[in-house]
Amino acid sequence: MTSNQVLSEVEFNVVGKRPIRPDGVDKVTGRAQYGADTNMTGALQAKVLRSPYPHARIKSIDVSKAEAFPGVKAVITAKDLPFAALSKEELGDGYTALKYASDHMMASDKVLFKGHPIAAIAAVNAHVAESAMALIQVDYEELESVVDVREAMKDGAPLVHEDLRTNDMGQISDKPSNIAAHMSYSTGDIDKGFAEADLVMEREYTTATVHQGYIEPHNSTAFWNTDGQLNIWTSTQGSFAVRAAVANVLRLPVSKIKVTPMEIGGGFGGKITAYLDAITAVLSKKAGVPVRTLMTRSEVFEASGPAPASWMRVKIGVKNNGKMTAVETDIAMDAGAYPGSPAMQAIVCAFACYDVTNGKVDGYDVVVNKPKTAAYRAPGSPQAAFGVESLIDEICGELKLDPIEFRLLNAAKEGTRRIEGLVAKRIGLVECLEAARDHDHYKSKLSGENTGRGVACGYWPNRGFQSSVVMTVHFDGTVSLLMGSVDIGGTRASIAQQTAETLGIAYEDVKPTIVDTDSIGYTFITGGSRTSFATGLAAITAADDVKEQMITRAAKIWDTSEDDIEYVNGTVSHKSDEELKFSFKDLARQLATTGGTISGRSNIDPTGEGNGYAVHLVDLKVDPETGKTDVTRYTAVQDAGKAVHPGYVEGQMQGGAVQGIGWALNEEYFFDPTGKMLNPTFLDYRMPTTLDLPMIDTVIVEVANPGHPYGVRGVGEPAIVPPMAAIGNAIHGATGHRMRSLPMTPGKILEAGWENGNSSGG
Amino acid sequence: MADVTQVKTTINGEEVNLLCEPRQSLLEVLRDVLGMTGTKEGCNDGNCGACTVILDGRIVDSCLVLGVEAEGKNITTIEGMASPEGLHPLQQSFLENASLQCGICTPGFLLASKSLLDQEPDADEGRIRHWLAGNLCRCTGYDKIVRAVLQVSKAK
Repeated sequence: MTSNQVLSEVEFNVVGKRPIRPDGVDKVTGRAQYGADTNMTGALQAKVLRSPYPHARIKSIDVSKAEAFPGVKAVITAKDLPFAALSKEELGDGYTALKYASDHMMASDKVLFKGHPIAAIAAVNAHVAESAMALIQVDYEELESVVDVREAMKDGAPLVHEDLRTNDMGQISDKPSNIAAHMSYSTGDIDKGFAEADLVMEREYTTATVHQGYIEPHNSTAFWNTDGQLNIWTSTQGSFAVRAAVANVLRLPVSKIKVTPMEIGGGFGGKITAYLDAITAVLSKKAGVPVRTLMTRSEVFEASGPAPASWMRVKIGVKNNGKMTAVETDIAMDAGAYPGSPAMQAIVCAFACYDVTNGKVDGYDVVVNKPKTAAYRAPGSPQAAFGVESLIDEICGELKLDPIEFRLLNAAKEGTRRIEGLVAKRIGLVECLEAARDHDHYKSKLSGENTGRGVACGYWPNRGFQSSVVMTVHFDGTVSLLMGSVDIGGTRASIAQQTAETLGIAYEDVKPTIVDTDSIGYTFITGGSRTSFATGLAAITAADDVKEQMITRAAKIWDTSEDDIEYVNGTVSHKSDEELKFSFKDLARQLATTGGTISGRSNIDPTGEGNGYAVHLVDLKVDPETGKTDVTRYTAVQDAGKAVHPGYVEGQMQGGAVQGIGWALNEEYFFDPTGKMLNPTFLDYRMPTTLDLPMIDTVIVEVANPGHPYGVRGVGEPAIVPPMAAIGNAIHGATGHRMRSLPMTPGKILEAGWENGNSSGG
Repeated sequence: MADVTQVKTTINGEEVNLLCEPRQSLLEVLRDVLGMTGTKEGCNDGNCGACTVILDGRIVDSCLVLGVEAEGKNITTIEGMASPEGLHPLQQSFLENASLQCGICTPGFLLASKSLLDQEPDADEGRIRHWLAGNLCRCTGYDKIVRAVLQVSKAK
């Protein structure tokens, strides 16, 4: 059995093949221009002064000595942002939203997390800026902080925001609270469902703060020209998202801002928020020249957006045959310093793998004195799946049921109505479970002592949203493909493939370019596993536009009606006259003399995204002396709808699985009691290396998404959902201990053994 | 302003005379003084390997080497890996195996892999995993990187 299988039912000419990515040579030769590689003539380098305290009032800031330091060209604080000059009366209902957005970029009255920006300095080089930073005098009044999500929910907890009131299903609470929002969905009658159950189990689970861990730190280069035009070059998952964020905080019309997305060195959801762009722009305005700001790795850990720590309670009732009768969960997620955790996604995803008749899910979005969290690959779903998939394994153990058969018995399928009310379209969970069950990995016998095998599944809805594409046919028959979607992991290839497939031309004849916000229509971020689906669909629609125009041109040349002409597999031919036929290239050659070039365009907002499901299998061994876990075999199964470029789909599955392995076993922010992160380096925040891992085997299942002509579903996110529970379940197999707190470190595994009165851990 | 020091070194076979501040790392010198931005910064404290270069036959994190320490040394960076005739076999193998997603770690992985196969042309999977453990990649889960190096290795 091969390590990478693709279970295809439909074959295409270009879609489904594995061509070399168009940006590949630049990326293996070091020529690709990432954000930090931007180096404009006369540019200054900037550094950001950050709060050493997780919670403090800013009493005063004195920048005069820093301003006088030789080589310093501009110093800014929150007073230089437009918010400082705006009043509550002027802003009305928008006051709080703007205050949060502006203060997150640079604190005005209070710092809410260690690393919160206080001031920024642009100087002739970064060393000078750093030296000058030490001369800024900030007088803080330290405040009591709150770090743990459940502590923050208690009455009397220190308030992160004195004016924040709970939005409880649309009702605004009277008194201030750290609970920004409570949300809830239910279906059926859970009391009746639990009463019908033969077995009801209820457990609590916690997960730690983790970081996306992209290797490229955040960066921004800005030049605010004297004509009022602001240019920004940055690493981002969404150039239009940066434009909107900067326009909001700087109170500029979007037309005054052009954002050029540079190559991006990883994001995973963490490069959507614009941390540096607005302050870099204000420094440029003050200095009159371009300014570049680069984060250090510690700044990335402390002041970008990690994924939330969480607490959850899960309760599931089942019949003796394994049929679920009722489910219930409460999930509290820490949003960090400002509201906006993915608690909603967590409760929507929690039971989305199952056909649930009676269920209730409650989510809480809670602020604490930690960096504001950001999206991280399937935001909210991995935490929820850790609880739900772990408890299901415990139930399977209690009832002596096979974990895959249990899931097949309860699996969501086409027509299943989920707790939040949406009805599933054609989905591939059952096919993934069957592929896992039939896989050599699952059928193999687990051998050796202290070994265990775990299974878990995961869900992510995937997204559609707006995409814009323009393509131009050149006289040599090649096609320029312009798009606004940033390429994080091979989408130039996957979108060029869909273009070539639709036009019936060679992949090599399509040349994709990612352009700035002035050069293409609004395009939503590269995120939500939407890009190969939505921007791919935009490319297909634009290619259809090209095809229609090519038919019109052929009609003109042949002096006939367009109705007499058909376009099939890149050939334009007369339906009844076999003599009249153009290849794409032949017709392209005629364009110059028959009216000029042809451009196709498409601006779409598709809603036909197909939900994504994954099933993971893991074998591992736990050292009874040290508690260390070694993953020995791993298989990731996932429904891709149609894998446009199977190599990059496998890459998403493998990369997601390995981020999940890190989340499961090693990764966590260590906080002191006040909320200072104690391990903001890659030495102490330990991500998996080559040495920690086996090969990650993959099975691509293809259950076509009816919302896309080639059946494409998003693939980026589902793969990070199952690993934590799969590994926890396998650790139980190896040790007999149920792990309910992430990460499952050697220490926690040994402690579990001691609590169970078993010093060997097994 | 800080004083600068003259450094004579060899980069990708070319003799280079450069001026840098004693406090500047080799990584800064490559990127900011010489404009050779193929060498990437991921952590600036020797933990991610994105800035890997080969210095007198050994792989080093260029963020942990001072620019002035390059005096008299022989350095290979990613800009020196391909030739006018074409890509290095490892570069080609990384492309064919879809071994990069975002690509920011790729220059470091390529130089580390080159250094391994220059010394041990028949390195097997275990040896490759051991050698590359100093380079972090967050996108791929390493599977396709290890496979790409194995494809070029003479170990079969």
